Amino acid sequence: MTEPAKPANALELHDLSVAYRVGGRNRAVLRNLSLGIGQGEAYGLVGESGCGKSTVALTVVRYLPRNGSITGGAISLDGQDVMKLDAEALRRARAESVSMVYQDPGKALNPSLRIGRQLTEIFELGGVSGQAASDKAIAMLNRVRISDPASVMQRYPHQLSGGMQQRVAIAMALANDPTMLILDEPTTGLDATVEAEVLDLIAQLRQELSASILFISHNLAVVSNMCDRVGVLYAGMLVEEGPTDVVFNDPRHPYTVALLRCLPRGGQRKDHGRLDTIPGFLPGIGAAIRGCAFADRCALATDRCRTELPPLYDLGGRLSRCHYHEQAQSLPRATPSDAAASTPKAAAESVLRVEGLNKTYASHGHALRAVKDVSVSLRPGETLGLVGESGSGKTTIARLLLGLVPPDEGGRIELEGKPLAARLDNRTADQIKAMQIVFQNPDSALNRSHSIRHLISRALKRLAGLSGAALQARLDELVRSVRLTDRHLAVKPRQLSGGLKQRVAIARAFAGEPRIVVCDEPTSALDVSVQAAILNLLADLQSKEHVSYIFISHDLAVVRYLSDQIAVLYLGRIMELGPSENVFAGPHHPYTEALLSAVPKLDQTETSRIRLDGEIPSATNPPSGCVFHTRCPRKLGAICEEQEPSLAEAEPGHTIRCHIPYAELARLQKQKAVQTEPA
Amino acid sequence: MVFLGGQVLPGNVGRAILGPFADQRAVDALNHSLGVDRPLLTQYGSWIWNFIQGDMGTSYIFRSPVAPFVIDALGNSMKLAAVAFVLVVPIGILGGVIAALNLNRPLDRIISLGGLSVTVLPEFVTGIILILIFGVWLRWLPISAAWPRDAGFFTQLYYLILPSLPLFLVLFGYIARMARSGMIEALDSDYTRTAVLKGLPWRTVIWRHVLRNALLPTITVIATQTGYLIGGLVVIETLFRYQGIGSLIFTAARGKDFPVLEAGILTIGIVYAVATLAADFLYSVLNPRIRLGTDQ
Amino acid sequence: MSATDAQTSMPDNTGRRGPWAEVFFSLLRSGTFLTGLGIVLFWVACALFGEHFAPYDPLADDIINALAPPSAEHWFGTDQIGRDVFSRVIVGSRDILTVAPLATLLATIAGTALGLFTGYFRGIVDDIVSRILEAFMAIPVVIVALLAIVALGTSKATVIVVIGLSFAPIIARTVRSAVLAERELDYVAAAQLRHESALHTMFVEILPNVIPPILVETTVRLGYAIFAVATLSFMGFGIQPPSPDWGLSISSNYGMIGGGFWWTVLFDALAIASLVIGVNLAADGVQGALND
Repeated sequence: MTEPAKPANALELHDLSVAYRVGGRNRAVLRNLSLGIGQGEAYGLVGESGCGKSTVALTVVRYLPRNGSITGGAISLDGQDVMKLDAEALRRARAESVSMVYQDPGKALNPSLRIGRQLTEIFELGGVSGQAASDKAIAMLNRVRISDPASVMQRYPHQLSGGMQQRVAIAMALANDPTMLILDEPTTGLDATVEAEVLDLIAQLRQELSASILFISHNLAVVSNMCDRVGVLYAGMLVEEGPTDVVFNDPRHPYTVALLRCLPRGGQRKDHGRLDTIPGFLPGIGAAIRGCAFADRCALATDRCRTELPPLYDLGGRLSRCHYHEQAQSLPRATPSDAAASTPKAAAESVLRVEGLNKTYASHGHALRAVKDVSVSLRPGETLGLVGESGSGKTTIARLLLGLVPPDEGGRIELEGKPLAARLDNRTADQIKAMQIVFQNPDSALNRSHSIRHLISRALKRLAGLSGAALQARLDELVRSVRLTDRHLAVKPRQLSGGLKQRVAIARAFAGEPRIVVCDEPTSALDVSVQAAILNLLADLQSKEHVSYIFISHDLAVVRYLSDQIAVLYLGRIMELGPSENVFAGPHHPYTEALLSAVPKLDQTETSRIRLDGEIPSATNPPSGCVFHTRCPRKLGAICEEQEPSLAEAEPGHTIRCHIPYAELARLQKQKAVQTEPA
Repeated sequence: MVFLGGQVLPGNVGRAILGPFADQRAVDALNHSLGVDRPLLTQYGSWIWNFIQGDMGTSYIFRSPVAPFVIDALGNSMKLAAVAFVLVVPIGILGGVIAALNLNRPLDRIISLGGLSVTVLPEFVTGIILILIFGVWLRWLPISAAWPRDAGFFTQLYYLILPSLPLFLVLFGYIARMARSGMIEALDSDYTRTAVLKGLPWRTVIWRHVLRNALLPTITVIATQTGYLIGGLVVIETLFRYQGIGSLIFTAARGKDFPVLEAGILTIGIVYAVATLAADFLYSVLNPRIRLGTDQ
Repeated sequence: MSATDAQTSMPDNTGRRGPWAEVFFSLLRSGTFLTGLGIVLFWVACALFGEHFAPYDPLADDIINALAPPSAEHWFGTDQIGRDVFSRVIVGSRDILTVAPLATLLATIAGTALGLFTGYFRGIVDDIVSRILEAFMAIPVVIVALLAIVALGTSKATVIVVIGLSFAPIIARTVRSAVLAERELDYVAAAQLRHESALHTMFVEILPNVIPPILVETTVRLGYAIFAVATLSFMGFGIQPPSPDWGLSISSNYGMIGGGFWWTVLFDALAIASLVIGVNLAADGVQGALND
């Protein structure tokens, strides 16, 4: 049922099964997984959380957690049977043929050893020591494009930024010129511009080195840009495999089809209709699966799917584990796309107006300007998207508006034309219920000791002033409006999945019929299929309740889907502010341009991309003049270093903070577009 | 911070002691001669001032300066504490490391549960049992710590083994437990995974990557146990009739000899402060994150 | 309504039992906990009903039979005034099992309140209180107790108050650090955005979430309270004669062990040992169950 084993494969998994022992029972995580990665090939493994993709990586290097065990199958690395290796042979295999880079480089490096030591010890294994090892280490750091490697050698990991740490980790992984490189979510958690750099580096290194790559990611776009072939993992099984562009453009398994439909793509917006979703849940680990693992969530499923496990059908150079693979793309939508979101009335009075908002923190004796001179306004029923990388101040702005943190003196916040006190304690009950928030992480936002009923009722009591039968009636209505049922009310948050928890948080935010809801990265902790459902829900609620959103996200596609206006933030300053479509269409601020270019896209058409050098500067010590000048690819010269540009109106309602005149920006960016157009 | 504590406390304590003091009969005159009827703050100030100069006041009971008593006793106690420490720190750490390396296997259960059990036994209980076993039944070791005059280093050591064992047992569990949990955390960490996947030999992984990170927190724990150790000394020195700071405080408390009591307590406050500072210092020297701060 | 409703089926990876039921069942599966509990319950039974099955009156002297070694008549021998050691050991758990739990209760209540307030309000008050508590903890409990008892005189109430207040800062520190972590969670901000009072936030929102560390700390402290009571009694500052308390008995008899009268102290020592170990095994089990 698998493709015939080619002896040349760098990695070959055959019928691999892995289980974790939980609560005294072995629970299957990987089920009869077979795949092969050819010499020099880059193979992407994608899937949502809990599908077992990281387990694949750990199994290959035989580093499963204590409760994990291989229950069947074989792994062959470069023709060597990994399962049969004794301790010493396994050590040698790790030293010589396989390397791994994973998420969170800050933890992957030893905090109490210098970078140099952590690199040279690898060469010492090969018998190279002293100055020779140092030289090789420096060469390796050069290779991962670290400038000034000699000084980096002397540093400890905590003295490097996340991007640098990941480069060091990659250098360590490649130090022995392995035949197999496993990258497990190597850029997850990094900022978009830094992620782009690291991905570029990996792509370049691929040209220089011979290693085969197993690239594991939840991000389909990243995999589509990095890999030759891709495998889609679902509930520990391979459900589809094939060349990347073929699988993503012409998927043949309903799960892949549905997954791709969940992503807001190609500038899709809320008024274009709802995103599609995947109903139901991933089977839990160890769940007994008869038939097709996806059958419960698949609209195409028949009785045959529920009883008979589909084999991996060979469709000529690609595989699909679906009885009806030829119909996969006719999978009906799980969510109808009707309901166009209402657009705000242009003439309406602002519901929120912010002028000259500043926030300075004291940090180790330095002034840290988290937010500088932010002015925005928001109309009823409108969404303002706040976009930025870490340190941009987007979450601080949310907390300032809500009154959770007091701003510096001098700024002004107006709610429906009336000034709003800076501190929560000084706001009236009406003002408090008018502005609520949906936090990023529902585990933190929902009190784990209280039942869902208590959580929502308490909000209704405090914010809507309801009690007794009126409260009960409103509770029912609210619960239905976020598509929860009575059954969910009795349980505690931890008994619900991430998506359901976020619905509870949304219900709570809407308890007092707010005018404005701040959404602080509400979907960033969720899988794409769940993300789509939450975005739909937010759009539906907005059109029904005519509520305004301040929507914070680092994900440009998500922001674009929901926002009418967008503010792009960098180091606490608004660099660009304008109607969503104008900001995306350009001409835009050079930073916005770079940010847009940095985001990996499934339908990548651009060939030349803008890359930013270096790291995001620290807010305690921001660059002089224009804060972006240190990384700006369109820097003019001294003026950028000396003078901070003001937010100038580029076209009505669209402002940009840049010394380059708007017309010139338009010319430069158009030129680039022409350049990159295929001849 | 700890220093502040060491200095504030004798004040509080002094006040507490002065409570029942007032209603004693003939003591007023004595009070005057001792200067304790002056305002509390003045008294406290001059007491601290004298203490710094090495004058710890005069004992009510012995009618002689306190300082020589305290210094002698401190020296004796330090010998006892040193024997316990020298034994327990390496053995405790070793026990914790071995337990962590054999996680959830019988050896780990024995060390963990055994350590946990001996840690919570009061010193006088283990002391009694040890005296019975080694002093009374086997007659291997002397049951009193008072060594003969002019005893040499090894004789003194011989007399100190039995008294130091109860202290050892209490501290062993603590240190082993800390070392074990530090080890487990380090063994489960991503950086250990990195080191293993580099293909380093297991021995190098443990020595170079795991141990150092694992044992850092243990150092702080060892220092905070000095406070406990002094409490333990009070009991042990009484049980073994040993002239240390603990038995000095105990006798002074029974006899309401306040100058001795205050001087003794301030002394251990200082010892504690010094130990904690030393640990903070050691910790920051060994931990590059504190030593070098963050650039980013 | 749309097909998104299908989302409302519950994921099957969630437990049916509530979190506390799970802790309970995990305790029942823990050998360590059950062993510890068994030992503690044995001594509690002795404290409650010991008189009924002790062969002799633990306080009755019998000078003629003084210092008799263990025999069929006196299983554990007799002490220097001829009291039956076996009967005294059986009944000797009563005082320590009254004083130590009360002291622990006092410490838990005071420590929890202190920890909640300092952790919730943070700022300057927290700094000052924390420094004072830290200083307080620097001095060993035995010495604090010794001083307080010298000042206040000896009684069970003093011992309870002294140990309770000495342990309160330790519990406060644990509670405070748990509260500081909770304080950072968004549900506290959400409560503020509902204009909840500080007391509501502290006691209704935060307190239920810090119960597990409080429980662990309390069971561990109970072990140390027994340790402390026994030690104080041994030093003569705790439970007073004529109680058959273990520490007290050891204190009045250990002077004679050089003469070979081991039975006058050994059984009391073993009794204390078994009780503290029992409490700590149980505490370890509780900790394991709550951390799972």
